[in-house]
Amino acid sequence: MNTTIMLFLLQDGITNGAIYALLGLALVLVFAVTRVILIPQGEFVTYGALTYASLASGQMPGTAKLALAMGIGACAFELFVARKALHGRLILRSVLANIVLPAIVLTLTIYFAAQKPPVAVCIALSLAIVAMIGLYLYRIAFQPLAHTSVLVLLIASVGVHLAMQGLGLLFFGAEGQRGPAVLSGAFTAGSLRFTGQSITVYGITVAFIVGLWLFFGLTLYGKALRATAVNRLGARLAGIRTTLSGQIAFLLASVIGALSGIMIVPITTLYYDSGFLIGLKGFVAAIIGGLVSYPLTAVAALFVGIVEAFSSFYASNYKEVIVFMLLIPVLLLRSLAAPAVEEEKD
Amino acid sequence: MQSRLPILVFALVMAAIPFVPGIPPFWIVLLDNIGLSALVAMGLVLLTGVGGLTSFGQAAFVGFGAYTTALLTTAYGLSPWLTLPLSLVVSGLLAVLLGLITVRLSGHYLPLGTLAWGLGLFYLFSKLGFLGRNDGISAIPPLSIGSFRMLDPGSIYFAIWVAVILSALVTMNLLDSRTGRAIRALRRGHVAAEAFGVQTPRAKMLVFIHAAVLAGLSGWLYAHLQRAVNPTPFGAQAGIEYLFIAVVGGAGYVWGGVLGAAIVVILKEVLQSYLPLILPGSGQVETIVFGIMLVALLQLAPGGVWPWLMSLLPERRGGKKPDTSLKLEQRTRSRAEGGVLLQVEKARKQFGGVVAVNNVSFDVQAREIVALIGPNGAGKSTTFNLITGVLSATSGAISVLGKRVDRAPPQEIVKLGISRTFQHVKLVPDMTVLENVAIGAHLRGHSGPLAAMLRLDRADEAKLLAEAARQIERVGLAEQMHQLAGSLSLGQQRIVEIARALCVDPMLLLLDEPAAGLRHMEKQQLAKLLRDLRDGGMSVLLVEHDMGFVMNLADRIVVLDFGTKIAEGTPATIKTNPEVIKAYLGVAA
Repeated sequence: MNTTIMLFLLQDGITNGAIYALLGLALVLVFAVTRVILIPQGEFVTYGALTYASLASGQMPGTAKLALAMGIGACAFELFVARKALHGRLILRSVLANIVLPAIVLTLTIYFAAQKPPVAVCIALSLAIVAMIGLYLYRIAFQPLAHTSVLVLLIASVGVHLAMQGLGLLFFGAEGQRGPAVLSGAFTAGSLRFTGQSITVYGITVAFIVGLWLFFGLTLYGKALRATAVNRLGARLAGIRTTLSGQIAFLLASVIGALSGIMIVPITTLYYDSGFLIGLKGFVAAIIGGLVSYPLTAVAALFVGIVEAFSSFYASNYKEVIVFMLLIPVLLLRSLAAPAVEEEKD
Repeated sequence: MQSRLPILVFALVMAAIPFVPGIPPFWIVLLDNIGLSALVAMGLVLLTGVGGLTSFGQAAFVGFGAYTTALLTTAYGLSPWLTLPLSLVVSGLLAVLLGLITVRLSGHYLPLGTLAWGLGLFYLFSKLGFLGRNDGISAIPPLSIGSFRMLDPGSIYFAIWVAVILSALVTMNLLDSRTGRAIRALRRGHVAAEAFGVQTPRAKMLVFIHAAVLAGLSGWLYAHLQRAVNPTPFGAQAGIEYLFIAVVGGAGYVWGGVLGAAIVVILKEVLQSYLPLILPGSGQVETIVFGIMLVALLQLAPGGVWPWLMSLLPERRGGKKPDTSLKLEQRTRSRAEGGVLLQVEKARKQFGGVVAVNNVSFDVQAREIVALIGPNGAGKSTTFNLITGVLSATSGAISVLGKRVDRAPPQEIVKLGISRTFQHVKLVPDMTVLENVAIGAHLRGHSGPLAAMLRLDRADEAKLLAEAARQIERVGLAEQMHQLAGSLSLGQQRIVEIARALCVDPMLLLLDEPAAGLRHMEKQQLAKLLRDLRDGGMSVLLVEHDMGFVMNLADRIVVLDFGTKIAEGTPATIKTNPEVIKAYLGVAA
C-alpha cells in the first residue's frame, strides 16, 4: 500500500470515528443515568439527518408532527401521574412544555419548509424537533419503567427502536437522502484534502467532549446526573429529582444523535434504517470504553472508525464481521482485568 | 416442583388441535412458528431469567442448527434423523467455544458480547460460499418416518410440539434439582453459591450449552419445515426478538417462554393481516404498533405475562415435607480431642494502601466457640473472607487441620468442613426456604445435570432435601419451610443461612452477626442451638456486636481494632481489659 491510500483511509476512519465517539458518549451518558441501553440512538441520528435533509430540500418533515403527538402523550402521562395533586401551575407548565412548545416548532417548520430555508435554520429546527422527541420519549416510554431491571429496560428500548424505525419509513420513505454541507469549501494539505464538512465534524466532536466534561465537572445539573448514575436512591435522598436527570440525559442524547446525523448526511446517503448500524458502532466504542469512561470511549471510537475504514478497503465483505468481532477480545481483556465483583442485581 | 397434570392436559390439547374439524391450515402454521420460537425462548428463560445471563446471540445458534442439517442433507445426502444429533452437537460445541470467551464477562458486558458475536456470525453466514451466501441453501429434504413424509406444516406440527413439550419437561426437571438450585443461585451473585461448593463458571457454561442446544433443535426443525435456509432469520433482530419473547412471557418461567412465543407470534400476525385493512397504504405500520404495544405491555406487566396470569390463580403452596428418615453420609471426623482446627498466623490483607487485616493470629480449637469482636471497620468480615477463600491474604498463613488453605478457592475450603453465613444475607429470595437450605448440601449430592433432566436423580435428591428439612427443623423454622425465602423477616433469613451452613455437615461454623435482627427469645434459642452444636463436636467462630450474647456464649474472645488484634482471652478477662474498653469507648476508663 502507499502512504496516500493509508492517509486517506486514516482520514476517513477518523471522520467516521468522530461520529461514533459522539454516539458512544451519548450511550454512556444515558446508560449511566437511566440504565437504559439506548438502541433508538440510531433513530435520533436518522431523524436528525433526514429532517435536516427534507427541510433543506423544501419538504415538510413528518417528525415535527410526531414531536407534537408525543408531546400530547407526555402531557397526558404527566397529568395522569400527578392526578392526585393537580394544581394550576403544574398543568400550565406541563401544557407549555409538552404541547405549546412543539406546536410552535411545528408552525415554524411548516412556515419555513415552504421556502427552502438557509442551512442554519434547518439545523436549528431539526435539532429542536429531535430534542423534543427524545425528551418526550423518556417521559412516555422509560420513566414509567424506571424501577425495573436493566433487561426490561433493554427490551423496551428495542420496542421503541422498532416503532421509531417504522415511523422513519413512514415519514421519509424508503429512498435515501443527502443534505447540503454545513460548511462548504475545502483545502489541501500535502496529498490530503480536507473538506469543510470533515473539519466541522472534528470541531463539533471536540467541542462536545469538552462541553460534556465542563457540564459534568462544573455545573450543578451535571453533578446531579453523576450522582444519579452512581446511586439512584442515594441521589433521591439527597434531593435530586432522578426523573429530571433522566430527562436531561435523553435530551442530551437526542441532541447529540441529531447533530451526528446532520454532520454525516452531507457525506453519505442515509436511509430511514441506517441509524441502527451507525448507533451500534457507537455502541462498540462505548463498550470498549467500559460504558463509564468518556475519554476512553472517544479514543475507542476513533479506533473503531479506523479499523472500519481499513477493513472496508482490504476485506469489504467482512467489514461488519471484523468491526463486531473486535469487541470480543476487548471484552475478554476487560473482564479478565477486573474480576467479577459481587453485584446486587435487581 | 409442580404437578405434571396440567402439562399432560396441555399436551393432549395440543395433540387434538389439528383434528378439530374446520381448523384453518394457517393456524397450524402459526402454531408451528410458535413452537419454534418457544424452544429458543425456553433456553433463554434458563439462561437469562433464571441464570441471569442475558444473551442476544441465540439466533446464531438457531442458525448453526439449521445450517448444519441443511448442508449435510443437501451436499452429503445424510438422513435428517442423522443430522439431528449432529445439529445439536454443533450448536453445543460452538456454545462451549463462544461460552469460554463470553460467559466470563460480567455485568452488562455479557449481553453486549453476545450481541457482538451474534452480529458477527450473521454476517459470516451471509458471506461464506459453502453456506450459499445471502441465498442460503434450498431443497432440504423433509423429515420422514418410513414412507410418511412430513411435507406440510400440519405433519411437522407434531414433531415440533413433541420437541417443545419434551424440552419443557427436561428443562423443568433440570431446574428442580441439585444442579438447578445451583443455577438459580447464580443470579444473586457468585459468593454465596461458591461458598457451598458450586463451581459457578461450570454452572454458567451448563445453562449456556443447554440454551444453545435448544436453539439448535429449533433450527433443525426450522430447516425441515421451511426446507430452505438463508441468513435473514438468524440475524441480530431475531436474537433480540427471542429475548423479548422471553421477557414478555416472564423471563423466569419455562412456560413463560411458550406463552411469550404465542403472544409475540400471534400479535405480529394479527397486526400484519388486519392493520392494512384499518390503515391502508402505509408501509411499516405493523412494526410501529408492535413496538408501541411491546412497551405498553412491559409497563403493564414488567415481570412478564405468565407470572401475572399465575397470580390470578388461587395460591397453592405448601409442598410435601421431605421424608426426614433418609440420611446422607456424614463427614468422617478424625479429630483428636482438643486439637487445633483452624490456625490463622499473621494473616494480612491490604486493599491498596489500606491495611484491613494487620498480621492477625489466632486459632480455633475443636469443640470451642470463639467470638471475633471489635468496633465497625475492625476487619472482622475481611478476616472471615480470608478464612473462607473469598479474598486471598496478602501475606500470612491460614491452615485447617494443619493443611494450608490460604490460596484455596472457596469451593475447596467448604470441602474441608468450613461453612459460613454472611453479614448481608445472601439467600435466593424467589426460592423456598427448603430449596435455599438444600444448596448447603450441594457437595453432598452427586447427581449431574443429565441425571436431573431424565429424573434419574430422585433418590439422591430425596436425601438432600431430607437433610435440608432436618436442619430447618433444628433451627426451628419448620413452619416456614415452604415459604419463599424473601418473604421472611431479616432475622429469620439469618437463621435460614445458619441452617444452610449446617447442611454442609461442617466441623467449623463461621457466623457473621447471626443475632442481628433477632428478638430476645430468639437470641436465647440461637445461643442454645450453638451450645448444642458445640457439645455435639462442632466448633463455632462468630462475629457479633451484641455483647451480652457474646459474653454468655463464647469460650474465648478475640478482639480486633483497626485490623490489629488487641486482646484475646476468656469473656471475663476481656470485659476488664483496658485496651478493649478504650477501643470501644474511645478513652481509657
